[in-house]
Amino acid sequence: MGRREQKNKTGETAGRRAGRAARRFMGKRSFPGQALRYLLLAAAGVLFAAPVFLLVSGSLMSRWELGEYLSALESGEGFIRWTWFPMYPTFSHYARLLFETPQFFTVFWNSMKIAVCSVGGQLLLAVPEAWAFAVYRFPMRRVLFTLYVVLMLLPFQVTMLSSYLVLNDLQLVNTHWAVILPAACSTYPVFLIYRGFSSVPRALLDAARIDGAGEWRIFRKIGLPLASNGILSAVVLGFLEYWSLIEQPLAFLEDQSLWPLSLYLPEISLSQAGYSFAASVITLIPPAFIFFIGQDYLEKGIAASGLKE
Amino acid sequence: MRNRRNQPVRQKKAGTGTSAGKWVWLGFLAPSLLGVLIFVCLPFLDVVRRSFTTAVTGRWAGMSNYKSVFENEAFRLAVWNTFRFTAVCLPLLVGLGLFVAVQLSKLADNQKFKTLFLFPMAVPAAAVVLVWKMVFSSGGFLNLLLNRLGLLADGAQPDYMASGAAFWVLVFSYVWKNLGYTVVLWLAGLSSVPDSILEAARVDGASRWKCFWRIVLPNLKGSLYTITVLSFLNSFKVFREAYLVAGSYPDKSMYLLQHLFNNWFVNLDLDKMAAAAVCVGIVLFLAILALQRLWDRDE
Repeated sequence: MGRREQKNKTGETAGRRAGRAARRFMGKRSFPGQALRYLLLAAAGVLFAAPVFLLVSGSLMSRWELGEYLSALESGEGFIRWTWFPMYPTFSHYARLLFETPQFFTVFWNSMKIAVCSVGGQLLLAVPEAWAFAVYRFPMRRVLFTLYVVLMLLPFQVTMLSSYLVLNDLQLVNTHWAVILPAACSTYPVFLIYRGFSSVPRALLDAARIDGAGEWRIFRKIGLPLASNGILSAVVLGFLEYWSLIEQPLAFLEDQSLWPLSLYLPEISLSQAGYSFAASVITLIPPAFIFFIGQDYLEKGIAASGLKE
Repeated sequence: MRNRRNQPVRQKKAGTGTSAGKWVWLGFLAPSLLGVLIFVCLPFLDVVRRSFTTAVTGRWAGMSNYKSVFENEAFRLAVWNTFRFTAVCLPLLVGLGLFVAVQLSKLADNQKFKTLFLFPMAVPAAAVVLVWKMVFSSGGFLNLLLNRLGLLADGAQPDYMASGAAFWVLVFSYVWKNLGYTVVLWLAGLSSVPDSILEAARVDGASRWKCFWRIVLPNLKGSLYTITVLSFLNSFKVFREAYLVAGSYPDKSMYLLQHLFNNWFVNLDLDKMAAAAVCVGIVLFLAILALQRLWDRDE
């Protein structure tokens, strides 16, 4: 029952609803105003998309072409040049990266491991936690809730030393677990998932209990289906976040062979620009993929990031 | 966020009050709570203890760590820059986000634009570093554009990453990355403005501007809180771009607290780091509580 309600509520995107509401109070739209608005937004949109265009076109240019265009960056004389489309498009940089650079694979899988394990760990911890916050009333509940909000908002730099001390004691520094375990304990997903749970009607829970269902069974059969939206939002937001992690691996991973892509990419010098472009594009592919299949959940997750009960 | 009344308030049916049932919440709570305690809370207490001792011998040092932190020039510069960055970026991002959201809300179908604005969220900092170099270095696109427009003085070709302008490059990349979710949050807020009031106001002949200022904006207070807090939270993440583009010691204008913590960590200045972490932690904690209190009162 609750499930269907939620679907109906979210079947229409927030933007469209906002559009309707706005049109209601803004009255009729004039044509020149509307055209100007489109133009303005399109210009801003182009600006937002430009970096991706530069990366993709650069990755398809030959070494010589790139060298000529980018020479101004190194010498500091004259200006950079660019074309809409490479003169002699080539996939050679990709080929080199994928077939001749085993190091790149290591780094790629490091990133994958960190992102996937962090997000998985988060779900294992955050889903039951959110259920506890939403369904049970226990002592210190409000205090814990506030603690979780604060922990969510503290930047890494504040907890960096404390994390390091405990990781050092556990002898985890310079392993991937040093990045994964603290990330798994992030409290952000708790709040994304909590919202789905808090809509469960309490009569339903009571009915299930009277019928003799155990608490764990109730959580699995009634709770989990309700949380699916929140869980997917947490997965999308979490993956985007942990795929481009910089601070944590920088502090806790000394060994370069353990580095994720986000630390490896900037190490490539400008003289190997083509290689660097291709590597950037490949780095962009997994989060872009997640972004496009999960954009709906991403938006819902963002819109649900209320920080209060 | 708002539907406090819809929440289930019960814990356990009174009739089935077995002793196991009373503690069942602990089973759901324990894994996460243990993780948080082990990786954040308990070690933070240790950091508090360390902030009062010397790094090497571990002897009691009183407030001397705090004193040396506050006398440290790099710390002052970093605090000032971080403060300046937040003071410039938050209003800029929040305002620009609202502007774009209102424009988008007037379009029949804004899904494509929303995608465009959100996409930078998916672009890893590392992938965009190359682009920032192409745009902001002395022979880059920005100077090329200014030159074509005739705005560039003869022979002058500033390198934006190596001058005071570095700060503004950082501001730009922050807005570029974070505008999308701000817009989404504002749009969600706009859609929750009650229609009945708006219709009533329009029937009474209120102008568009009046409707916006008197009805829409006051109804967006809850969104404003969320957006401010999340934007603030994310403002610490500009360190990624800053570090990748300019390294550990960038131009003075963009030397942030994050750089300082990182450098102290690398140099093993752990006692200073402990004291500074406690200070920053307390300031943020108070700021968060104050914001929450403000919001509570409004409800």
